[in-house]
Amino acid sequence: MRYITYLVVGIFFGIVMFKSEAASWFRIYEMFYFGSFHMYGIIGSALVLGVIGVQIIKRKNIKPLDGSKMSLNPKNKGFSRYMYGGIIFGLGWALSGACPGPMYVLAGAGYVSILVVIFGALLGTFLYGLIKDKLPH
Amino acid sequence: MNWIYEPWPWYIAGPLIALVMFVLLLVGKQFGMSSNLRTACAAMGGGKSANFFRFDWKAERWNLIVVLGAVIGGFIASNYMSNNTVAINPEIAQQLSEDYQIKSAGDNYLPPEIFATEMLSDPFIIAVLLIGGLLVGFGARYAGGCTSGHAISGLSNLQMPSLIAVIGFFIGGLVMIHLIFPLIF
Repeated sequence: MRYITYLVVGIFFGIVMFKSEAASWFRIYEMFYFGSFHMYGIIGSALVLGVIGVQIIKRKNIKPLDGSKMSLNPKNKGFSRYMYGGIIFGLGWALSGACPGPMYVLAGAGYVSILVVIFGALLGTFLYGLIKDKLPH
Repeated sequence: MNWIYEPWPWYIAGPLIALVMFVLLLVGKQFGMSSNLRTACAAMGGGKSANFFRFDWKAERWNLIVVLGAVIGGFIASNYMSNNTVAINPEIAQQLSEDYQIKSAGDNYLPPEIFATEMLSDPFIIAVLLIGGLLVGFGARYAGGCTSGHAISGLSNLQMPSLIAVIGFFIGGLVMIHLIFPLIF
């Protein structure tokens, strides 16, 4: 039953990503040229509702349906990993025109070439795991 | 029924993304689309090579199911709900056409100049796709999250680390598009 929920959430997310054009290379390119409000509107409106909702969850102490703890753990403090990791991610986001969610959506949409990007992302994740301890965090 | 085929505006898409985050929170999970890459590495035996992949990946199987859903969602949306074109700001489309001979804005969802399957015979295009993906995967794990995990989940929870990461995302993106694209394309 739980897996059905995750599957449905994934399908819904995939449709929203594709239909909002957030999975389009063109929209990412345009965003980094500040050519349209579209992408900023998507992230911004999700964020405004997100901040309000998370505040409500915290103040009313709302629990997940199974009574466990909300997954709202604070991120570890730090600067280097977020800034350097962020910049590396941004370079890749702009170069491939895809971030991790949209990659899978585009694979489903039938773009064979995106499989090379996904393979690269797996390789990058693996590489990070190998040299993690040598990087400033 | 036109709304199904028309692109969905930001004020529909943004709230629906927030909804995805809240549904996941309500089932005890966190919205983040890059953790699955680590789960996949662990499932493929990455634990033999690095501690980072030695964890109970079976407990994280749920995020692989979300990925499977996203693939199905992409299939449904592109085949039954879209004419697969994206119209962007005409000035940007013009600039793309003049500077990079990418003339497909408005006619395609992704530029065939980069993403057409035939282009995979071009080593330069393979390198662009592979390195792009590599930077995304490496950067997302180094930063501890991607657009969903930091820009949506983390910032919604008012996390300073997420703000730093999102600023990093934009520095990287702007450098790539404005400084590196003119050199490589």
